[in-house]
Amino acid sequence: MTAIPTTPGSRGLLAPRLVWGLALSLAAALWLWGQTLAPFAFDYPKAWQIPAARWIGGFITWLVKEAAIGPLAFSDVTRFLAWLIDLPYRAVLSLLATGMLSGEGSSAVQLWPPLPWLAVIGLFALIGLFAGGLPLALTVSACMGFVAVFGQWQSAMVTLASIIVAVPIGVLGGLLLGILAWRVPLVDRLLKPLLDLMQTMPVFAYLVPILILFGFGPTAAIVATLIYAMPPMTRITTLALQRVPSEIHDLGRMVGCTPRQMTWRVLVPAAREPLMVGVNQVIMLSLNMVIIASMIGAGGLGFDVLNALRRLDFGAGIEAGFAIVALAIALDRLSQALARRARGALPQGGALQRHPYLAAALALVAVTWVLGLILPAIQTYPEAARLSTSPFWAAAVEWINLTFFDTLEAIKNAILIGILVPVKRFMLSLPWVAVVALLGLAGWRLGGWRLAALTAALSFLIAATGQWEKAMITVYLCGVSTLIAMAIGLPIGIAVANRDRAWTITRLVIDTLQTLPSFVYLMPVVMLFRVGDFTAMIAVVAYAVVAAIRYTALGLQGVDPRLIEAGRAMGCTDWQILTRIRLRLALPEILLGLNQTIMFALSMLVITALVGTRDLGQDVYIALTKANPGNGLVAGLAIACIAIIADRLIHAAAETQRARLGLSGHAP
Amino acid sequence: MRRSVPVLSGLRPLGLAALITASTALSSLAQESTDPIKLTLHDWTGQLITTQLMGEVLKKAGYSVEYVQADYLAQFPGLESGDLHVAMEIWETTGREAMDASVATGNVEILGPTGMQAKEEWWYPTYMKELCPGLPNWEALKDPACAEAFSTAETAPKGRYLGGPVTWGGFDEERVEALDLPFEVIHAGTDAALFAELESAYQRKAPVLLWIYAPHWAPAKYEGEWVEFPTYSVECYNDPAVGVNPDMAYDCGKPFGDIWKVGWAGLKDKWPGAHKAITAFSIDNAEMGQMITEVDLNGKTIEAVVADWMAANEARWSAWIAG
Repeated sequence: MTAIPTTPGSRGLLAPRLVWGLALSLAAALWLWGQTLAPFAFDYPKAWQIPAARWIGGFITWLVKEAAIGPLAFSDVTRFLAWLIDLPYRAVLSLLATGMLSGEGSSAVQLWPPLPWLAVIGLFALIGLFAGGLPLALTVSACMGFVAVFGQWQSAMVTLASIIVAVPIGVLGGLLLGILAWRVPLVDRLLKPLLDLMQTMPVFAYLVPILILFGFGPTAAIVATLIYAMPPMTRITTLALQRVPSEIHDLGRMVGCTPRQMTWRVLVPAAREPLMVGVNQVIMLSLNMVIIASMIGAGGLGFDVLNALRRLDFGAGIEAGFAIVALAIALDRLSQALARRARGALPQGGALQRHPYLAAALALVAVTWVLGLILPAIQTYPEAARLSTSPFWAAAVEWINLTFFDTLEAIKNAILIGILVPVKRFMLSLPWVAVVALLGLAGWRLGGWRLAALTAALSFLIAATGQWEKAMITVYLCGVSTLIAMAIGLPIGIAVANRDRAWTITRLVIDTLQTLPSFVYLMPVVMLFRVGDFTAMIAVVAYAVVAAIRYTALGLQGVDPRLIEAGRAMGCTDWQILTRIRLRLALPEILLGLNQTIMFALSMLVITALVGTRDLGQDVYIALTKANPGNGLVAGLAIACIAIIADRLIHAAAETQRARLGLSGHAP
Repeated sequence: MRRSVPVLSGLRPLGLAALITASTALSSLAQESTDPIKLTLHDWTGQLITTQLMGEVLKKAGYSVEYVQADYLAQFPGLESGDLHVAMEIWETTGREAMDASVATGNVEILGPTGMQAKEEWWYPTYMKELCPGLPNWEALKDPACAEAFSTAETAPKGRYLGGPVTWGGFDEERVEALDLPFEVIHAGTDAALFAELESAYQRKAPVLLWIYAPHWAPAKYEGEWVEFPTYSVECYNDPAVGVNPDMAYDCGKPFGDIWKVGWAGLKDKWPGAHKAITAFSIDNAEMGQMITEVDLNGKTIEAVVADWMAANEARWSAWIAG
C-alpha cells in the first residue's frame, strides 16, 4: 500500500483533489530532489532515535524479576495461574492420551488406560448426532477416522487436550471482558487498542516473557494461544450485546430483572448466534497456534509437522497438517450445529429416557474400555492398519520438480524482475517524512483530525525507533501480496457467492487453507522457487486470499434481492447489475475483507521470516533466537502499528462509503 | 522416606503439586529426588537420539525421566527457571551466544562437551566438480567461469551461495569480501528451507553451493564435498593482518566446535548421580552419523536405534552411572 486512497468521501468537489494534488507533488518533489537538500528526510538520523528496545527490555526484566503485587511477586502470581491451567489440562490429557498415571516421568505406572480410540470417535459421533443429526455424525466420524487411519491419533489427542482446555477459557474470558467493555465505556476504550495489539503482534515477540512468567511447557503454550485467540470473542461479545434489539431490553425491565439476571438470562441468550461465531473463531485461531505452541513444549501434531519437515518428509508433514485440518473441521461443525440447535420440549420419563445420549455415551465408554483390555486393537489403533502416503508425496514433488522447474523458474523470474524488485526499490527510496505526512493527510480526509494524529504518530514512531527500512520491506511484501490476493479472491468470491454448491466447495477449500499450517506447503514451494521474496509472497497470498474470498462472498450474499429485481425490471444487463448494484452495495463488506486480507498477510510475517525475507518478521525471529525480548517487542509493535494504520484508514473509508449508500443502520 | 526438595522448586506451585503426589521408593539412590528429570527434545534427529540415549542411561540408573518438546533457543528461560533440566545438544557454532547469556544468569551450567564435533562449511554435490575442476580448493571459486556455473538469474554473473538462517551467524558476507569471491550470499530462513533447496537441486543435478553442517543425514544421503578454505584460527577472525588477505579479517574457513551439554544449575543438588552421569556422557561423530543414517534414511525408529546402541555399548554407559 502506498497509502494513497483515491476519491475520499466527497465526489465532484475541487478542493480535495487540489489538496491531494498539492500534497503528492510536494512529496514527489522531495523524493526527486530532496536527497541532497534534506538527507534526514530519507534516513532517520541515529541521534534522534528513541531507544525503545532498551526501555522495553528493561521493563520486561523488571516485570519478571522485581515486580510485585503487595508481598506477592508478579511471577508467583503468573506461576499460580499456570498451575490453575495445568490442573484441567492434566486431567484431559490423561483421559485422552496418557491414561491415569501414578508418579511422574518414566517411573510413572499406568493405573488405567486412556479412552480407546473407538470410544473417542463414538463420542464425537454421538455429539454430532445430538446436535445435527446423521449427516453431521458421519462428517465428524470421518474426520476423526482420518486422524486414526493416518497414524496421527496419539499426537492428535495431545493437541485436542490443549484445545479442549484453551477454548473454554478463551470463550469465558472473552465473554466476561466483552460484557465488561459493553457495561463500562471506559474499559471499552482502553481495551480496543489492547485487543488490536494482541491480534497483530507476532507471537514470537512475546514468547520469551511468557515462558519466563508461566514456565516452560503446555501451560505457556495455552497462555500464548489464549492471547492470540481471545480478542475476536471479546469484540464479538461487545458488538452482539450492543445489537440486542431494544424490545428485549424493555421486556427484561418489565418482568423486573436484576442487572445480573438481565445480562445472563436475557441478553446473552438473545445474542447467542453472534456469540457462537466468536466461539468458532476461538477454535479456529487456537488450532492456528498449534505449530508455534509445539515450539514451546506443547507437543502434539505441531511437533510432528516440524519434525517431518526437518527430515524433508513432505508426506508425513502433510498427513500431520491435514490431521489438524480434520480436528478443526470436526470441532467447527460441531460448535456451529450446537449453536443452531433449537431447544425442544424436555422429554418425559425415567433418567434413561430423559438423557438418551448421555446414557449411550456412558455405555459406549464402558463397553470399549472393557473390550480394550481384552482386544488391544480397540484400545489403540492397530499399527498394521495404518496408511501412509509419504512415498507418493515425495514422488509427486520430485516429478513436479523435474518436469516443471524450468517453466516455473521463468515465470518466477519474470514476476520478480518485473514487479517485486521495482516495487521494493521504490518503497525503499521513499522519504519517511513524506510518507508520514501523506498518511496523516489520508487520515484527515477520511476521519478527521483524530485519525490524522493517530496515523501520523504511529508511522512516525516506526521511523523514530529506527525500523523504517524493515517496515518498508514489510509493507512492500504484504502490500503486493494483498493486491494479488484481492485480484484472485474478488473474482472467485463473485463467481461462487450465489451458487450454493460452488460456495460449499469453496468454503471447504478456504477452511482448509486457513487451518493447514503453512509450513506444510512452504517447503515444497521452496523446492520449486528457492528461498526469497517470491516464495514468501506465495505463502502470504495462499493464506490471505481466504479473507478476500470469504468477505466478498458474504457481502454479495447479503445484498437485498429486491434491489436486484428492481434493477432487472429497469432493464439492467447482468454486467450492470453486478457493477452498479451488487458490488456497490457489498462494498463495505469487501472493504472489511480487504482489511482482513491485510491483517492475515501481516500475521504471516513470522512464517515468511522462516524462508529468508528481511522484514520486521525476521527482526522478531532474530530477537527470539537471541533471547532479546526488547528488540522483539519493538519490532512486533512496529508490525502492530502498520496493522492499526491500515485498519483505521480502511475502516474510515468503509464508514464513508456506508454513509454515502445510506447503510449506516446495519453494519456487519 | 522424605525427599529433599530444594527451596527453589518448593516455591513453585508445580513443586507443591509434586510434593502432594506419593513418592515411590528407589533402592540405589535413596537421597536423590524422585521427581522426573526433564530432558528437552528439539526437531532434528541427531538431538533426539542423543537425548534418548541419555534418557535410557538415566533410566537404567533408576531415575525417572521425562522428555519435553522445546525449541532449541526458546528453551533457555525454561532451563534457567528449573522448569527444564537438561539440554543435550547446544552447538558451539549456533548456540554459543544464547548459552553464554544463559550461563551468565548463574542458573544454568555447562555439563561438558558431548564428544561430537560440529562441522559447518560451504558444500557442493560431487557432480559440480565437472563444471569447477579445481574444487574442493577454495581458489577454484574465484574463477569467473566457476562462479557463473553456480549462478542463477538473480545473481548472474556472480555465483549464488545459500547461507544458513541469519540467526546462525557464520560471517559469510565477510568471508566473500575478504577472499574476494565472485559470489552473492542468500540466507535461507530455516534449515528445512536449506535442505529443501538442496533436495530440489540434487534431483535435477542442478548447481548448488550451500551451508551444510554435520552430524546430519545430508552428507550421508547426498554425494558431495566441503570446500576447503584456509584453516580457521581465532586470530584469522580477529586480526585483519593474519591470513590470505592482509587487510581483512574472516579470510579463512569456519571454526569446528564442540557440541555442549547444558543443564539447570540446581541439577547437581537435586540429582547428584544424574549430574555425574550426564557430565560423563560422550559419543563421537562417526557413531552419531551412523545412527542418524539408520533413522532418517533406513527408516528405523529412534527407539530401536537407541536400544541397539545400548546393547552394544553396555560397558561404556555402565561406567557413566557407576559409583
